[in-house]
Amino acid sequence: MSDYILLFFSTVLVNNFVLVKFLGLCPFMGVSNKVETAVGMSFATTFVLTLTAALSYIVNTYLLLPLDLLYLKILSFILVIAVVVQFTEMVMHKTSPTLYRLLGIFLPLITTNCAILGLALLNVSEHHNFIESIIYGFGAGIGFSLALVLFSSIRERLASADIPLPFKGASIAMITAGLMSLAFMGFTGLIK
Amino acid sequence: MIISIAIAIFTLGILGAIFGSILGYSALRFKVKADPIVEELDAILPQTQCGQCGYPGCKPYAQAIANGEDINKCPPGGEAVMRQLAERMGVEPKNLDGPEKPKLVAFIREDLCIGCTKCIQACPVDAILGATRQMHTVISDECTGCELCVAPCPTDCIDMVPIALTTQNWQWDLNLIPTKNSTER
Repeated sequence: MSDYILLFFSTVLVNNFVLVKFLGLCPFMGVSNKVETAVGMSFATTFVLTLTAALSYIVNTYLLLPLDLLYLKILSFILVIAVVVQFTEMVMHKTSPTLYRLLGIFLPLITTNCAILGLALLNVSEHHNFIESIIYGFGAGIGFSLALVLFSSIRERLASADIPLPFKGASIAMITAGLMSLAFMGFTGLIK
Repeated sequence: MIISIAIAIFTLGILGAIFGSILGYSALRFKVKADPIVEELDAILPQTQCGQCGYPGCKPYAQAIANGEDINKCPPGGEAVMRQLAERMGVEPKNLDGPEKPKLVAFIREDLCIGCTKCIQACPVDAILGATRQMHTVISDECTGCELCVAPCPTDCIDMVPIALTTQNWQWDLNLIPTKNSTER
């Protein structure tokens, strides 16, 4: 049990998917202009990450491994991710049309988020079992959400701050992301 | 060698078929009616059908907003309606295009009315009573204050007067009253 808690916290803080592993930087930069869109996007991505972790583990263990088809894992994981994202889009369109309209094109672009494929492949390479895969996926989602919500809050403040002209916009955002990444390096060694 | 390739193709095919059927089922289960947002936007607008937004009625303006039109074009709706539209569409609230006017009704000064029926033809809600060469009068309960009758009158006898709000003519439409804190973004 404590293993799972350790795994969760290490995924959220120590090995944060966005700020330490540098995966999923596209929605990190693209959706973080306002806190509302950032929160919506992080919910969607966490949902997709957890579902993908579960489904890709099942596909890998019960289909690819017995039939000796491990070389097909990237292909089948992409298939799984595309299906999960499409499903998420349908559910969101039905339950929250406002959020669906707010996220717009970024919702189907979750398919191309390298954090999701990265999660699936990391689950395979680290030989996680089913529970560990799900916790890893959920932890990745929470870590992504943490980074995204923090970053979008900072960006909203930056929008009304007195930034020198050459740094306005994307430049100061990149610099901020780098500083956040440095800050998260402080968590190294938290979990041995 | 060829067997393993065949197994791989077959497996991926089966996987695709399973996922395809899951998606097909959920597409039917989570089906969304075509564009409910236009109905919702129309419900927010005040239904004066006055055309001050530039569209011939509230439903066409709702349609235009769904296609990306500015939300600040409805003076009869005022600040409240603009904020509701902004929240529904997920855009920033903008200042209204024109000044927000209080609720006005039309009033015909009867000593100048010549009974030409031009104002009756202009009224979209049929609030003017009268016939050719008979006295015209505005039924103030029906009048929405759209001001479309003021321009056609040849003797310029129609005035827009602010109406006193009493408990009899107060609109208890709770959907139009924003219940969020106005300092919230």
